[in-house]
Amino acid sequence: MILLTLSLVLGVAGAQRLRVTRVPRFVVDSLHRTASLLAVTFLLVHILTAVLDSYASISLTDAIIPFVGSYRPLWLGLGATAFDLLIAITITSLARLSLGLRVWRAVHWLAYACWPIALVHALGTGTDVPSTWMLAIGGACLLAVLGAVGARAFAERQRHPRSARAAVATAIGFTVALALWLPGGPLGPQWARRSGTPAPLLHSAAGRLAADHAVEPA
Amino acid sequence: MTRQLKVNPITCQAHGLCAELLPELIALDEWGYPIITDEPVPAALQTMAKRAVSVCPTLALTLSQRAPRSPPSRSP
Amino acid sequence: MRVQEQPQLLPRLLAGLSTPGRVDLDAHLDQHGELPTLVRYRGRSRASSALDEIERAGLLGRGGAAFPTAAKMRAVAGRRRAPVVVANGCEGEPTSRKDRLLLERLPHLVLDGAAVAAAAIGAREVFVCIDHGAVRARTALEHAVRERRQYADRSMSVRIVGVPGGYVCSQESALVQFLNGGPAKPTIVPVYERGVAGRPTLVDNVETLAHIALIARHGAEWFRGLGSPAHPGSTLLTVGGAVLRPGVYELDPAMTVAELVDAAGGVREAVDAVLIGGYAGAWLKAPQSRSLHLSHEPLAAAGASLGPGLLYLLDSDTCGIAEIASVARWMSDQTAQQCGPCVNGLAAIAQQLEAIVAGRADRDAARRIERWCTLVPRRGACAHPDGTTRFVSTGLHTFEHELADHIAHGPCELCLGPRRLPVPRPQPVAVAA
Repeated sequence: MILLTLSLVLGVAGAQRLRVTRVPRFVVDSLHRTASLLAVTFLLVHILTAVLDSYASISLTDAIIPFVGSYRPLWLGLGATAFDLLIAITITSLARLSLGLRVWRAVHWLAYACWPIALVHALGTGTDVPSTWMLAIGGACLLAVLGAVGARAFAERQRHPRSARAAVATAIGFTVALALWLPGGPLGPQWARRSGTPAPLLHSAAGRLAADHAVEPA
Repeated sequence: MTRQLKVNPITCQAHGLCAELLPELIALDEWGYPIITDEPVPAALQTMAKRAVSVCPTLALTLSQRAPRSPPSRSP
Repeated sequence: MRVQEQPQLLPRLLAGLSTPGRVDLDAHLDQHGELPTLVRYRGRSRASSALDEIERAGLLGRGGAAFPTAAKMRAVAGRRRAPVVVANGCEGEPTSRKDRLLLERLPHLVLDGAAVAAAAIGAREVFVCIDHGAVRARTALEHAVRERRQYADRSMSVRIVGVPGGYVCSQESALVQFLNGGPAKPTIVPVYERGVAGRPTLVDNVETLAHIALIARHGAEWFRGLGSPAHPGSTLLTVGGAVLRPGVYELDPAMTVAELVDAAGGVREAVDAVLIGGYAGAWLKAPQSRSLHLSHEPLAAAGASLGPGLLYLLDSDTCGIAEIASVARWMSDQTAQQCGPCVNGLAAIAQQLEAIVAGRADRDAARRIERWCTLVPRRGACAHPDGTTRFVSTGLHTFEHELADHIAHGPCELCLGPRRLPVPRPQPVAVAA
């Protein structure tokens, strides 16, 4: 999540031609590419460990095709969606010279969709969401992205006023929806059960699930 | 094989990354637009030239396979 | 607009213009004879013979670039897909009148030429592009097309298209992009490779096509009977400014500026400078220009170019610097707004010139303009910045005394007067309040 955030912020910095003393723009571009590729790598590790860890019975298919799994299907499916988007973005970026600017750009804009989907996935499937450090990291990432999107929209407000307004509206709407959802959702009682964790796993006494608020079934 | 750097003046948006990577062959004018040498790219700079082409945010920079032919006419 | 026939000028294109109005098909055929029927140019050997004839004639394009027409045609004909012919009659240059004349009064010459060019390269479609406000030209063309219907090759279509009137809109790739449904702005795709509907496209000025119409009838030898080996055939030239009889003249390129000015009735009043080639052309001091021959090589040697055939005499009653500033501002406004060096460079030049006229310039102003004039050419998608910078830098050399005077002392009394050089949109007088 951190790497994705970093990648997005660097991408916006490049597009906005941000000039930092002694940091050439091709370095900003290079950092963006590096952060993105690192994000993909960590993501692959994340997926592999989730799949290999037989505890939650997540198959490889579940990781790529959204919403077909048995473990928290909606929230996991979002992760698969984000993964698919990221793969598309990565492949088109690697093949940018052959594909041409228009195709590359059309797919690359999906990054703005990929990030919030990844965040909601993390919040929905994460086992440590209510903990302070998770919330702090998530909050910081959200602020960074809101800042980047805001800066981009502000800079483009004259050339593309409608898109800029839509972007700001969407960002604010997303944040508000998040704020409304979190207390009753992942931060609320029995989230593990409500999010679709299969019943056998709920009764696990190993405490790997966020069972802090789970109530023993009557 | 001689290779020639060319910029598409319509898609170029003066990001300037090419000049950062290849100052030996590309300079920027006072508005940030590239001034590219007419000379073919020397062998030692070929790799960097390819990187400059790849890094251009608008894909305006190209590395042609041979020295450019002037087109029949650019005027009415 | 008046057309002159002088005994020493051999009217070729402009023969038969004694009656006013459009020359209809019968009068056209009376004057020039039948066009060798197109069927003779069908088939590869015949098609190539028409191309060969044009090549032997050495015809150079009359739209301003003076590119060898046959070479252009070969480049288009040599591609795989069926080509398209575009007749360029837009004439975006404000001081030019010759294309207008051809379209309004001699449309059959243009249409003959287009038909021959199409047959020679294997094209079945002709687009005649005119300014969208050119009502007379459109009417004349439509009448002419109707008259030709009975003789016309049914498999060849002729379409008349109105184009926005901007200066760069009539550039050949801009025309092609417009015909493809896009804006009338230049592109970097060579039109002989991929033009209208992606097909190889031949774009020729209407005067070039008119010459082709006569070469097809009379042959290459006849065509080369006038002019020089490097600049054969006759040329149409618009003479404007301080002459008694401004208008379109057809002349032998061996003619000198002085001879042409005499043919145009001589100067109306004192003239210090002449502009050859229009707003993309070059200024010369009047005395130096008198003995110049109006053909490509001598003009190039003098740092000038014929452009689309333009000679303008600026009378001494106006301020040369203010005129240059006015046109430079107009040319800056006329850019397609696509290429950084052109958009920024021409704007900077115009702004600096206006500052000079207003008396706000510093001592480095002239040097700054000169630097921009060397920085900007050949870095755009078309030749617009090249033309404007040549116009400005030759102008500042020609009016060097006035330039120094303005930088030192501000506007002169002639700055306040009305501008002579036409700039189609209203321009504020370039003097600070």
